[in-house]
Amino acid sequence: MSDWPLWEVFVRTKGGLAHRHFGSVHAPDAEIALRHARDTYTRRQEGVSLWVVKSSDIVASDPAQAGELFEPAADKVYRHPTFYDIPDEVKHI
Amino acid sequence: MPSLPPIRPEDEALAERVRPSGAFDAPADAHNPVRAGYLLRLGDDALILGQRLGEWCGHAPSVEVDLSLSNLALDLIGQATLFLGAAGDADDLAFKRDVLDFRNCLLVEQPNGDFARTMVRQLLFSTWQHMLYSALGKSSDQAIREVAAKAVKEVAYHRELAGEWVIRLGDGTEESRARTLDGLAWCWRFVPELFEVDDELEAAVSCGIAVDARGFEAEYRAAVAAVLTEATLPVPPDQRPILGGRRGHHSEHLGHLLAIMQYLPRTYPDAKW
Repeated sequence: MSDWPLWEVFVRTKGGLAHRHFGSVHAPDAEIALRHARDTYTRRQEGVSLWVVKSSDIVASDPAQAGELFEPAADKVYRHPTFYDIPDEVKHI
Repeated sequence: MPSLPPIRPEDEALAERVRPSGAFDAPADAHNPVRAGYLLRLGDDALILGQRLGEWCGHAPSVEVDLSLSNLALDLIGQATLFLGAAGDADDLAFKRDVLDFRNCLLVEQPNGDFARTMVRQLLFSTWQHMLYSALGKSSDQAIREVAAKAVKEVAYHRELAGEWVIRLGDGTEESRARTLDGLAWCWRFVPELFEVDDELEAAVSCGIAVDARGFEAEYRAAVAAVLTEATLPVPPDQRPILGGRRGHHSEHLGHLLAIMQYLPRTYPDAKW
């Protein structure tokens, strides 16, 4: 158990929606990881589809680089599509 | 010697209404004892195994396995509630009968032992239960048909999960293999009882509500053998079968299980939850 690798669990909550990260489980292999994910995260009908990914296979950004990665976006309001006049007839945008 | 006057029907009806339910009651559905007896078998199997699996709660090897086992337990207790509810008052049947009145097979009352034995027991039972519930889709009894149709998907998962674990434990480390072999030796003796047909079951089969499990025994043995082979475990030789659970002749383990399961409602009969 202590040597079981960690798996990240992604759940699609309804048809049409994207899989979303829900949490993680320990499991000895992929097949059991799926079953653990099912038993841990979808026991109250939370999902219709599951992905598990070995945590070690995920490439993550370095928190120490957060400044250069994310801060430059802070003062670029023009990137938000909020400067357009939307005609009243257009309902779903 | 004068004989007693015949009991008037109205008195009998009154007695039926006021009589406290207790340990030695006949099945609640007294109008159809064959059906009630079969529902008790189905319900008691699920109830007792559900209680056994519940004993793992907080003790399983990891939190994920803890949840898996609790999920199986809750599935089974749900099935028991429906089957016993079709026979009478499910709570009364679960909590106010004593060992001799339980109709479960001996396999489900066996102590958990270690995780390997629990998984072997689950494989042997869930494979049988899955085939049984599949076949009960053709039962002439609507309640049995409906519960079986709902539960068959739950049990398919139990069967797969147990199979996956037996394969990994059998084909795992030296220790996991040894423990799985021990579990198999413990549980294998109780397999023949799953296919036993006594007079009571014969009556239920002939009126169409029950299934004669011998019809899928070959399929069962092949399915279990396939899992054991993948687990690199030998199929144990058949031993002298141990029977009797269906007639209330249980191992000493069931009394201890009931003592824990029934303690609260018997000690605090008015408790609400």
